Amino acid sequence: MSSDELIWRIAGGSGDGIDSTSQNFAKALMRSGLDVFTHRHYPSRIRGGHTYVEIRAADHDVQSRGDGYNFLLSLGDSFARNPQEEAYYGNEEIKPLSENLDELREGGIIVYDEGLISEEDVEAIDLEARAEENDWHVFPMDLRGLAREHGREVMRNTAGVGVTAALLDMDLEHIEDLMSDAMGGDVLEANLEILHEAYDTINTEYEFEHDLRAPEGSHETEQALLSGSNAIAYGAIDAGCRFIAGYPMTPWTDVFTILAQNFPDMGGVSEQVEDEIAAAALALGASHAGAKAMSGSSGGGFALMSEPLGLAEMTETPLVLVESMRAGPSTGMPTKPEQGDLEFVLYTSQGDSSRVVFAPSNIEEAYEQTRLAFEIAWDYQLPAIVIYDQKLSGENKNVDVEFFDREPQPDLGSTLTEDELAEAAHDASGKFKRFNHEGAENNVVPRSLPGQKGGRYLATGNEHSPVGHISEDPDNRVAQMTRRIEKLENIREELDEEHESNQTYYGDDTAEYGIITWGSSHGAVNEAVERLNDDGHAVKGISVSDMMPFPEAEVTEFLESVDEAMVVEMNATAQFRGLIQKELGRFGEKMTSLLKYNGNPFEPAEVVEGYEVNLADEDREPTAQVRIEPAAGD
Amino acid sequence: MSAFNAIGEEREIDRDEFTPGVEPQPTWCPGCGDFGVLKSLKQALPEVGKTPEEVLTVTGIGCSGKLSSYLDTYGFHTIHGRSLPVARAAKLANTDLEVIAAGGDGDGYGIGGNHFIHTARENHDMTYIVFNNEIFGLTKGQTSPTSPKGHKSKTQPSGSAKTPLRPLSLSLTAGASYVARTAAVNPNQAKEIIAEAIEHDGFAHVDFLTQCPTWNKDARQYVPYIDIQESEDYDHDITDRREAAEMMHETEDVLNEGTVLTGRYYVDEDRPSYQEEKAAVGELPDQPLAERYFDEDAEWERSYDLLERHT
Ligand SMILES: Cc1ncc(C[n+]2csc(CCOP(=O)(O)OP(=O)(O)O)c2C)c(N)n1
Ligand code: SF4
Repeated sequence: MSSDELIWRIAGGSGDGIDSTSQNFAKALMRSGLDVFTHRHYPSRIRGGHTYVEIRAADHDVQSRGDGYNFLLSLGDSFARNPQEEAYYGNEEIKPLSENLDELREGGIIVYDEGLISEEDVEAIDLEARAEENDWHVFPMDLRGLAREHGREVMRNTAGVGVTAALLDMDLEHIEDLMSDAMGGDVLEANLEILHEAYDTINTEYEFEHDLRAPEGSHETEQALLSGSNAIAYGAIDAGCRFIAGYPMTPWTDVFTILAQNFPDMGGVSEQVEDEIAAAALALGASHAGAKAMSGSSGGGFALMSEPLGLAEMTETPLVLVESMRAGPSTGMPTKPEQGDLEFVLYTSQGDSSRVVFAPSNIEEAYEQTRLAFEIAWDYQLPAIVIYDQKLSGENKNVDVEFFDREPQPDLGSTLTEDELAEAAHDASGKFKRFNHEGAENNVVPRSLPGQKGGRYLATGNEHSPVGHISEDPDNRVAQMTRRIEKLENIREELDEEHESNQTYYGDDTAEYGIITWGSSHGAVNEAVERLNDDGHAVKGISVSDMMPFPEAEVTEFLESVDEAMVVEMNATAQFRGLIQKELGRFGEKMTSLLKYNGNPFEPAEVVEGYEVNLADEDREPTAQVRIEPAAGD
Repeated sequence: MSAFNAIGEEREIDRDEFTPGVEPQPTWCPGCGDFGVLKSLKQALPEVGKTPEEVLTVTGIGCSGKLSSYLDTYGFHTIHGRSLPVARAAKLANTDLEVIAAGGDGDGYGIGGNHFIHTARENHDMTYIVFNNEIFGLTKGQTSPTSPKGHKSKTQPSGSAKTPLRPLSLSLTAGASYVARTAAVNPNQAKEIIAEAIEHDGFAHVDFLTQCPTWNKDARQYVPYIDIQESEDYDHDITDRREAAEMMHETEDVLNEGTVLTGRYYVDEDRPSYQEEKAAVGELPDQPLAERYFDEDAEWERSYDLLERHT
């Protein structure tokens, strides 16, 4: 087995500290010079229930989880031993071992906690036979006992990390540093003791002949380990957003929490309110009064925001909303990703949509496009939505620290100062012509803010005249409506001309087979395309980020250049493919879909398989939990 | 120099400044009580020294929601039931603005009921005027949350089986620090109460009885009202929560029987407004947030400075 990549999985009960342990270990790997990518799997329960985190580390860029993994640290579910819980959920103690074996690669390593997983349980799952068959190297260790001896039982995670480091022949230096950053005093002392004893035990008492080692790498610049939620929150901070209102809903809560925790020190205002209608209405009200404001939710909460969203469009009030998708319909699967809200986010609210929708596909884009969403929303006076999913929200990846070294942009865009207002158009009564459709550059009319001298007007969700009076005059209606809608064309032009493409291209540029994807599925597709090309197939990929206004020219060019294309997305009804067909009005016969909606994100191998099945033109189904949807007319 | 010079401007203010030019003329029916609210606001605002441009009037949808069109301040005519969250945030974003929210009983007590409870609970510094005509006006006369039991309408043809909501008791219980009821048929008292409500630091809820001659001809808004402060039967201490609650209860009982009492029901000058409470815990900046965007010396933190915890 080569050691060009390590995929380490830590499994246990949720609430057992799996998250923080893995976060630290990922950082240690990053500090040792590797690129890392984390994937979280957890049930919708507060405590107990089987959970795992996977860290993929390599000496090259990693954009996705791998296919399977090669190191399992199985801690056992300590909460499953609570008899009351057991009545509800059955005995899940063994799950962190039994549930994870299917995806463990040949030659992989298993460390399990003898203190939490009994010998009979291990026998019951036939571990020995399976290990032999798959050439697994199994290390039963009493991690709990070791932790107890030196400190407290919960520190068994530290013991697990020590064992891991020894088996992979890693230095403890980075791990020790991180520990001393995070804790002090007796707790630190105890943890360090446990770490070292676990490490030494392996080195002195065990013999091992596996050749899996931590890969070696180095970074030229300093790296930071960040989640998608972090990136979105930081993009908002740098865009000058200082007002956030929200109501908790997984997975959006992370963004909300990060901003709520940082705003007090930044002179920002954060409000947790009674529901999502209020949350979006607050963001709108704050924006109307002159703050850069945002709100957000997941699908169910976003449904409630449809009213204020439409009001923002009609009153041309800038606003940023983020929507973190989880599997639906309704409450769906709260902790599982899906890309099922695309159509909903594009068209939520009555009337024709005049909004911008960006779908970032990785951590860097999440930051970049959140900033861009604020810029466009304030320049063009409309709502901008950033749509992403539970996967991107929770995954962590290393990013160049320098990437974030930029100037903040607290610019209110098309908002006038009082001096500028004095020069602006007013009607005979002295009212400011806030919605003056005549001579509006890029269809945008600069606005005033309440409290400014000479800027008085009425904002209303009814159709209105240039000064904001309610109006049902047909000519005015057409002029105002057209102006609002045509802003999207101006935005498209600006995006095409002044910004680097939000779309990402990869693979063999000359290939006649294309894979199209959007949002967080990008990582798996990117890697699949790379693999296919390495294996001698000619394939290219595009990951589209602009959902509205749609990048017609770019996608048209891509589709014209291929004979066949496969659209990869995590939903059951091919929503993105539908959007392409709607926007471009053709290519229906060129596109098949690869769909996955079982709650788990794509793995690269599934995309490769989709390609094979699709190209082989055989009448067979892919073996994984994905579905092929044929081209229109097939 | 402030970026919002209309705020705090000291000058003689004429009430005509609050009347839009030729357009738009109110489309309310002749004899509608909504004219009364408009008039008392136009009288009260100059009296408390507010200029049209420092006032933001945020309204919901309904006949009453049109108020922001006919009162010439900065205005935001929002959507049905949502005036309060919009208004609240405008105040948080620019704490110097004078924010007045308004709407109907359907708008405020029905569809917007949740926002009403929470805005009162948090005691946001603003005035909230509910045009209470005990009916849905704009949608042509359906039963509202304050319609009396037995009230017949096209949607409750056999007479409503529901006990009407008690808005005063509700806002008091939720936490409003100023609660009053007045009526369009008593312009003098209405003007005084509106002026007080605007000057009050905290959530001032005014249940404003308005008549709807078009759809609710037998509403008790027409019967002679009694000013509660002048009535010997209701000699309560309006700064005492319990006594105020009792008074509200009694008057809301008799209201349901047809006797209309108006006046101040609860005035708490001591309870800090939400803005003050939020500032006290360090979650509201001293400088109004909106000002800061115009302040060239303002420092803006960057995410780069937060990266330490990620490296
Ligand atoms: C979400 C939504 N539901 C329903 C309506 C229709 N609607 C408009 S005004 C109104 C009720 C008006 O009654 P009230 O709030 O008491 O105000 P009034 O017209 O009596 O002043 C309704 C139901 C709407 N505009 N929006
Ligand atoms: S319908 Fe009633 S509330 Fe509406 S304007 Fe006419 S009288 Fe007033």
